[in-house]
Amino acid sequence: MPKREDIKKVLVIGSGPIVIGQAAEFDYAGTQACRALQEEGVEVVLVNSNPATIMTDKDIADKVYIEPLTAPVIEKIIEKEKPDSILPTLGGQAALNLAMELCESGYLEKAGVELIGTSPDTIKKAEDRLEFQKTMEKIGEPIAAGQVVTTIEDGVKFAKEIGYPAVLRPAYTLGGSGGGIAHNQEELEAILENGLRLSRVGEVLVERYIGGWKEIEYEVMRDENGTCITICNMENIDPVGVHTGDSIVVAPSQTLGDKEYQMLRTSALNIITELNVHGGCNVQYALNPDSFEYCVIEVNPRVSRSSALASKATGYPIAKVTAKIAIGYTLDEIENAVTKKTYASFEPMLDYCVVKMPRLPFDKFIHAKRTLTTQMKATGEVMSIGTNFEGALMKAIRSLEQHVDSLIFGDYDKLTDEELLKELEKIDDLRIYVIAEAIRRGFDYDTIFNITKIDRWFLDKIAVLVEMEKKLKEADALDYDLLLEAKRLEFPDKVIGQLVGKTEREIKELRNEMNIHASYKIVDTCAAEFDAETPYFYSCYDGENEVEETSGKKKVMVLGSGPIRIGQGIEFDYCSVHSVWALSKEGYETIIVNNNPETVSTDFDVADKLYFEPLTAEDVESIVELEKPDGAVVQFGGQTAIKLTEALMKMGVPILGTSAENVDAAEDRELFDEILEECCIPRPKGTTVFTCEEALEAAHRLGYPVLVRPSYVLGGQGMQIAVSDEDITAFMEIINRYEQEHPILIDKYLVGKEVEVDAVCDGNDILIPGIMEHIERAGIHSGDSISVYPSINLSDKVKRVIAEYTRKLAKSLHVVGLINIQFIVANEEVYVIEVNPRSSRTVPYISKVTGIPIVALAAKVITGAKIRDLGYEPGLQPESEYYAVKKPVFSFEKLRGAEVSLGPEMKSTGECLGISKNYHEALYKAFLGAGVDLPKYKKMILTVKDSDKIDAVDIGRRFINLGYEIFSTKSTCRVLNEAGVPAKPINKLEEPSPNLLDLILDDKIDLVIDTPSQGVGRSKDGFLIRRYAIETGVTCLTSLDTADALLTSLETGNRDQLTVVDIATI
Amino acid sequence: MNAFLILEDGHVFKGKSFGAQKEVICEVVFNTSMTGYLEVLTDPSYQGQGVVMTYPLIGNYGVCLEDAESDRPWHSAFIVREISRMSSNFRREEELEAYLKEHDIPGICGVDTRAITKILREDGCMGGMVTTNPDYNLDEILPKLKAYRVTNAVKTVTRKEKTHVAGDGPKVALLDLGTKKNIIRSLSKRGCDVTVYPAFTSAEEILGDQPDGIMLSNGPGDPKECTEIIKEIKKLYDSDVPIFAICLGHQLMALATGADTEKMRWGHRGGNHPVKDLATGRVYISSQNHGYVIKNESIPKDVAEVSFINVNDRTIEGLNYKNKKIRTVQFHPEACPGPQDTAYLFDEFLDVMKGAKNA
Repeated sequence: MPKREDIKKVLVIGSGPIVIGQAAEFDYAGTQACRALQEEGVEVVLVNSNPATIMTDKDIADKVYIEPLTAPVIEKIIEKEKPDSILPTLGGQAALNLAMELCESGYLEKAGVELIGTSPDTIKKAEDRLEFQKTMEKIGEPIAAGQVVTTIEDGVKFAKEIGYPAVLRPAYTLGGSGGGIAHNQEELEAILENGLRLSRVGEVLVERYIGGWKEIEYEVMRDENGTCITICNMENIDPVGVHTGDSIVVAPSQTLGDKEYQMLRTSALNIITELNVHGGCNVQYALNPDSFEYCVIEVNPRVSRSSALASKATGYPIAKVTAKIAIGYTLDEIENAVTKKTYASFEPMLDYCVVKMPRLPFDKFIHAKRTLTTQMKATGEVMSIGTNFEGALMKAIRSLEQHVDSLIFGDYDKLTDEELLKELEKIDDLRIYVIAEAIRRGFDYDTIFNITKIDRWFLDKIAVLVEMEKKLKEADALDYDLLLEAKRLEFPDKVIGQLVGKTEREIKELRNEMNIHASYKIVDTCAAEFDAETPYFYSCYDGENEVEETSGKKKVMVLGSGPIRIGQGIEFDYCSVHSVWALSKEGYETIIVNNNPETVSTDFDVADKLYFEPLTAEDVESIVELEKPDGAVVQFGGQTAIKLTEALMKMGVPILGTSAENVDAAEDRELFDEILEECCIPRPKGTTVFTCEEALEAAHRLGYPVLVRPSYVLGGQGMQIAVSDEDITAFMEIINRYEQEHPILIDKYLVGKEVEVDAVCDGNDILIPGIMEHIERAGIHSGDSISVYPSINLSDKVKRVIAEYTRKLAKSLHVVGLINIQFIVANEEVYVIEVNPRSSRTVPYISKVTGIPIVALAAKVITGAKIRDLGYEPGLQPESEYYAVKKPVFSFEKLRGAEVSLGPEMKSTGECLGISKNYHEALYKAFLGAGVDLPKYKKMILTVKDSDKIDAVDIGRRFINLGYEIFSTKSTCRVLNEAGVPAKPINKLEEPSPNLLDLILDDKIDLVIDTPSQGVGRSKDGFLIRRYAIETGVTCLTSLDTADALLTSLETGNRDQLTVVDIATI
Repeated sequence: MNAFLILEDGHVFKGKSFGAQKEVICEVVFNTSMTGYLEVLTDPSYQGQGVVMTYPLIGNYGVCLEDAESDRPWHSAFIVREISRMSSNFRREEELEAYLKEHDIPGICGVDTRAITKILREDGCMGGMVTTNPDYNLDEILPKLKAYRVTNAVKTVTRKEKTHVAGDGPKVALLDLGTKKNIIRSLSKRGCDVTVYPAFTSAEEILGDQPDGIMLSNGPGDPKECTEIIKEIKKLYDSDVPIFAICLGHQLMALATGADTEKMRWGHRGGNHPVKDLATGRVYISSQNHGYVIKNESIPKDVAEVSFINVNDRTIEGLNYKNKKIRTVQFHPEACPGPQDTAYLFDEFLDVMKGAKNA
């Protein structure tokens, strides 16, 4: 069927701020879809509250709204833009839910707007538990039977139907407490009785136990004609029980025979046919490893994280094809962009093996539980491609950038066999290393399988790697065959060197002598059956090289930012992609190296060449040797790319833009101090230390409180505020758990306003698009602060000083390209606290609100252009007429045991933006976009540390004026009451009921404001209050500055009269 | 032990020997299926061929004998990147390597299968040799490889005796040109009473048994070589018995009724081939294994019309015969390995037989 001519203007809904479970993959999907629609001449209106995305660029969509994703806001946009349709299946669950809300309220019908792609009926059938169950029963597809029961009798009856073991999950208990697995009726009765008592609503879900089954996914696609295809299937190495987002996943499936493969494939196609899906869809299965028995776990009638992975694993652009199907095309009418010879109606065939590993945030939340469950915890992921599984696994491990380069990790060799067996039972991100140790000790596969249920085939592959470790360790000489085999299994030179007692360099030299080099193969969707046009490569050591010599153009290599993690998010992919586009426009051949399957940068048509590889010096060097780039760009890929600077220079690759020495000068405390002194710029007093003793001495000299942090880190990793010797000792121990190549910084902690600037410098002139002011006082990581542009509280004098300091610093550091500087303003004095001569988290946001394409300008400057020649007057640019408030968004509810309160270490996973000509409205929109939608019950808890008690009075009074009922613990309550604020006292957690916990669990509280004291001695009571609040879905603020901003937005925001702004017009 | 794959164009790939250690000459072809290596190995259509698996990891789930599509593997040689040293599956009976040894099939692993595939794609399927002799002499070998043709293939693979699989439904006569077991299973599963005839059975004998329908199976080799069988098929065409034909059977029916076939450069072998039903516009993903195809312009207009085409290269994938209850397809609705999407064609064949009976 040809394109539908009645679709002329489509509203595409994005997925909002990045949270765990909904990340960069939707920027990738949305961007691809918008481009596909524009290619067809369809006008695209985009709405997404997340400013760090590429999809919210004005070159991706015709109209761009960075607005809160709520029904009233979308209605406003529809009224203004009058689109004829909405494409809801590319913005994750957030977009799907929003579209359904608009549909079910009848608004869409009234407004004459059609949902295109998958229909509301289909969405309901797939999403609604009962409807889904009915549909699956109708076509005879088994699902994991489950039923909500309210009595023990019903539970026993249902368990009899489904058989034991049965899983019991009480509804609404904290962290799923009170649940369990019952193997017989007796156990069921005991667990059920307890569960029903603990559940606030007296409900327990009883489910068939399928833990330990294989988890298999199919990415499928269907068009209006009924043509169905499978894009890819994937096998989770971790069996059912671990969320697929947290599992190590391999594509295609490895342990399924054709009978199982086709059985599930046919089932998946039957399901999408019955559901009448139009576009991409994901079906997840549990497969009994001992029979053909299977059940459907879940169907996502939309593009998902798995489909981004499947797209990158196969080269098949799922989002693009989904968009084209939505506007009427059938699969056999859509060209396969990879081969340009075949059509979208075929199934990709892989001639390689793909491994995906999750990037988990336990380095940021050291107290959070590492256990992996059905609740996803990963913030991002890496993918690797190899000609064998072992090599792909090894590449994935080092792509994670977690100080691990092989399966040799941890102190497991020190455990006894019994302890190791116990360790194997823990289902967490370290399990694979424990398995490796078990295999090293000669545990048999059956023993390991019986505990982990990880298929013996995978265990054997781990064994292959462990055996190679042993062979290398025991080798008398490293001969050609052994070295080649080690490289075929993707052992890095560094690891080989460690095992044979040589240096990394020596191994590299040996390889050069023996002519053992990586070669590169093409990802072509068709296993070489057709000639492919797409320059999408991966490395191997067992085949010929397929990379062809390219054009006479100058070549630039752009290093990407790797997996999304807290502190290094999607914004760096935004920067990488924009730099590639700008460099390409300047006539360069662009090469991108990255390993993140969720991103736009790893889409095969972004750069001239894409190398899907780990971002380590060795992997990059292999590419450099082949491509011989004329230069490399590291300043857009976050810390991941910056870390490669030195290695690239040793390879003889010129670094474009700010030189390595100057990057160093900004990070090296002594060099930096010298520069500050030369420029006469003040900074908080500080020093560098290595040992705990030095740290204590420094702290005493500076006087508490002090800031402790390692140098060369991102997102303030390991950064803490110490108020006592005890804190220093504790923090130094945590930091020194990993060997530190660089010294640790101890600085006097200054209380003041935090201000941030991004600027472009051409070596002479500087362009500052704007000054951003943080709402929270210094001490809270800039990424976790609410940031306001243009600044609201800075005097003109301070602004001038900031601009001047920025200019001086950029010049002294010889910055060519981007620079990000953080300042503290205290008593009209400006202090510099941090300088990063690279792109930053705020670059996408400031670009969008000022309309100045900062990354493109920086890319041009790097290649020699001057700011004046690019049509800009240097200096601080005039302030925009729009206020933009960037609000961080957290994923605390996903991470059991994680500390909620904010501090110098970054904790947010994403951000959203509120834009308006009116500051208060911008602020209100920012809170709304972050999901803070008050009030519902007008009840709140306010309990603060002693130093905040004075400020709390004003906050309390303003909430009372808004009609709130305030509950406070005794000391806060007393201060409030004495000041005439009618707060009600409530017992602390450890005191008898009714106490704080009862109040929170009663589900009647809108808001908890709890400011914790600093240092390790912070109260456990507060920790629990905050956790309980988060886990019951109550907004929790830990800074009075944030509370003040929230109040401001509530006092003045007019929720019924929100304006919407098309930023493409800015 | 080292093994070598020598291609007729002079390319030599060095790898490791597995399975039987013997020297063979064969036609080298590639298959893109990611699963189903046992089904591929035991498909009689590969008689005389050495098969390169483009998927690099082979043998992962071992051998489960009930998945075999015939009683033995037919490949001359099996060419893979990596043979799994250990397999895992609840139905696994033995390792693939042991199975190949038992059946005296030589294998070579550790070769760049992608590089080989690209050669075959560019220059077409060609003669090749797998040997463990490191002292091979190309001057002697290459002419032999160039001269190699798959001959007498159907005769080699077809059964010697008529066999019968009882059922309550329509009586089907299946002409075994190299049939895969799943064609028989697909008919039996639908209740058919199936009699399988050796390829060189006369039309008179088949028709004499009064079947409700006739199936012509898949099979190996150059269809034009099967002159005797074609003659018999023409007689079957002239009868009014409903006929359903797959792959070689599809080609032979076309040759019997005036069309022509030709050799393809590298053929279609794999489980991802899109075929479009021209009547509905719907595309199905099909399992395929053929190196010959019916020439597009050769079909007499009054005899048959094209029912399916391949979406990728627009070649003929199916024919409906005019004024006849005859339907033939180039692809494999019986799957194994590969997608089961077109299994409905067996249902339609049953409907045709029932319709003819009632008429």
